[in-house]
Amino acid sequence: MEIESAPAGAMPGIKLSSNANELLRSVDQIIEKHHGEASNLLQIMLDIQSENNWLSKQALARVSEKLSVPMTRIQHIATFYKAFSLVPKGRHKVHICVGTACHVRGATRILDTVEEATGIKPGETDLDLKFSLETVNCLGCCALGPVMEVDGKVHGKMSPVKASKALKTYE
Amino acid sequence: MARLETPEALESFRQEILSRRDPDSPCVSICAGAGCVASGADEVIAAFEKEIEAKGLSATVSTKGTGCPGFCEQGPVVVIYPEEICYLQVQAKDVPEIVAQTIKNKQVVELLCFKDPATGKRAVKESDIPFYRSQQRTVLCNNIKIDSKRIEDYLALGGYAALAKALGQMTDLEVLEEVKKSNIRGRGGAGFPAGRKWEGSRNAKEPIKYVIVNADEGDPGAFMDRALLEGNPHSILEGLILGGYAVGAHEGYFYVRQEYPLAVKNIHLAIQQAEHYGLLGENILGSGFDFKVIVHQGAGAFVCGESTALMTSLEGKAGEPRPKYVRSNVKGLWERPSVLNNVETWANIPLIIDKGADWFTSVGTDSSKGTKIFSLVGKITNTGLVEVPMGMTLREIIYDIGGGIPNNKKFKAVQTGGPSGGCIPEHLLDLQVGFDELTKAGSMMGSGGMIVMDEDTCMVDVARYFIAFLTDESCGKCVPCREGLRQMHRILTNITKGKGKQGDIELLEELAETAVEASLCALGKSAPNPFLSTLKYFREEYEAHINDKKCPALACKELINFYIDPDRCTGCGTCRKQCPADAINGDKNLIHIIDQDKCTRCGTCFEVCPPKFSSVVKLSGDPVPDPVPEEERTIRKKIKEKG
Repeated sequence: MEIESAPAGAMPGIKLSSNANELLRSVDQIIEKHHGEASNLLQIMLDIQSENNWLSKQALARVSEKLSVPMTRIQHIATFYKAFSLVPKGRHKVHICVGTACHVRGATRILDTVEEATGIKPGETDLDLKFSLETVNCLGCCALGPVMEVDGKVHGKMSPVKASKALKTYE
Repeated sequence: MARLETPEALESFRQEILSRRDPDSPCVSICAGAGCVASGADEVIAAFEKEIEAKGLSATVSTKGTGCPGFCEQGPVVVIYPEEICYLQVQAKDVPEIVAQTIKNKQVVELLCFKDPATGKRAVKESDIPFYRSQQRTVLCNNIKIDSKRIEDYLALGGYAALAKALGQMTDLEVLEEVKKSNIRGRGGAGFPAGRKWEGSRNAKEPIKYVIVNADEGDPGAFMDRALLEGNPHSILEGLILGGYAVGAHEGYFYVRQEYPLAVKNIHLAIQQAEHYGLLGENILGSGFDFKVIVHQGAGAFVCGESTALMTSLEGKAGEPRPKYVRSNVKGLWERPSVLNNVETWANIPLIIDKGADWFTSVGTDSSKGTKIFSLVGKITNTGLVEVPMGMTLREIIYDIGGGIPNNKKFKAVQTGGPSGGCIPEHLLDLQVGFDELTKAGSMMGSGGMIVMDEDTCMVDVARYFIAFLTDESCGKCVPCREGLRQMHRILTNITKGKGKQGDIELLEELAETAVEASLCALGKSAPNPFLSTLKYFREEYEAHINDKKCPALACKELINFYIDPDRCTGCGTCRKQCPADAINGDKNLIHIIDQDKCTRCGTCFEVCPPKFSSVVKLSGDPVPDPVPEEERTIRKKIKEKG
């Protein structure tokens, strides 16, 4: 997978190359917090991901340089783990739980509905960066299945109708 | 409070905490676990704090958010001490009544108590509720008594007494012997005896060793580790320190799933508190034993639950497993002896040291000792976490504790062991739960997920679902797993879509056999289990899909049709209004008709049709009857004719 920078101008709220210095400063801080140790690479990448919503090429290049870890290994990690994204994420992160408990209670239909309502598939972000859609394997709220999580808030006992209604409340 | 320098200092500190607490003063415990928070527990906690303040009771009544007691279906759960009155599904609006009635007047609000669906009787105390009555809660029981953010709560219940006992009165070898004697088997999956694993590390030549908590709970449908990590983090930490002492490690790791942010937070806090009191760090309780703990977040890869993959990930690399020519308890993290155990295993250790191995082995079957926490989910009345002694039968767990299958449906199968486990059919319900018993039935214990399925669940689809999950989670390093599972998934998907053909089952069997034989790690080796067990017990479903293009459970979208029974339709219009595809034609007093070409088979009409009419029917394998001719569609006319 190629690591891309965000196209300028179309990404409100995302750190762009114009803010390059700010981005690099925050990356440096994160690296410092983890004592600049290469063994903490994963934790550093997780922190960058949570701060910026995604891993930009500039950020990863800085990590590679500072920790003396080859870029190929960073790319391997960035594509291996689910938590990382190499493209910017939307303002609202929608997670549909497709764990077994939710699956037998009809999670697929919730996913279908959400895909239709947002026009995106799991792993994608819509063009105006409103929603990013992901599936997760278990949120640990099995009693409330099927479950949809938006920005960390759990919506339990979903039905297709309730799911599309809930999505409409997000701006 | 300063550092505790001796076991005696810990004991007197405990007494001091207890003396400050009046066991008879009212305390409101509200579950603040993930399930209850999702049902509004935070608002309930806030409402209690406000109401207690407003009524001027703050000085005498305390409020606390606690860990998960397990009865998630009925959350938010509120328990009022000292009477132990248990209220279920409490909402913020109920709070003023509870404070006025129960706390001030000592009266029970009957409506909020558990009502037995069979007898209609109310259960006031937690222990009277059938869900709890048959359980044996030794590891989980403290969750509801502890505010996980306060080490004092854990200490008040006897926390760190096992550590004090081990460091003060036992040698490291004695601790190991006690664990070996208890015969505790790993709660994370394979059930390897923990004591033997520890011994291997202890005896390894390399002087620097590690102990690791596997808290990368990735099994879909399992959340017992989450409940323990969030609800009682100190118990796991105490177990880990004991493990470190026994094997001679001075460094421990928590590898926690990144998807559990509250667990990560609570563990960090627990470590800080333990360090503050000298229960962690250098010279613990003046014993000369040093131990430090590091928390490491996973990044969402199921394969990292595999020991070698987890350790590779801990080293900051992509979490790919390696061949185990040398076990990781001899050569693991940074090529040093590393003991990796599951959260629940570690949480059991303080109990074993405190109460002794004999106490532990008095519970369970011959080969599986102690209790096990299961997450009982799916098509079951009482969803939640249950802790039972090993050896209890599946029937007792599902019917006595779980309350059976809701909506008068028929039980079909129970899936145990997570994605690598298998499905157990109805005729094996009297199987005793234990590591070897489940393996014999073609499934496994795994970390303890128990997903109940009713007659509406298609077993071919379940197999497809698990293979899809594992295809997605395969690290891709070895061919049988990467390519074999992908092919299995393709064939199974075809079957569920009605595109199955003769020979598919045999081909699947061949692929499964290769994956079992030739995969590098446990993920690939056990991946075909869901398929093999469903084929063993539900072969006729596979054949119906392939030969008759029929889904007997009426679940596979591509093989079913929805049809409105003209004799039962009242023309109420509920289905037509909610149909997302505008596929239903009808009007007031007109029999509704589904346009099969437009229908997306989402099932909304089937769900919304009022139960007293239940006029929408699912068909599979049978042709859809022709729609009612236009002249016969008026409902009023039909009534007149009949009259």
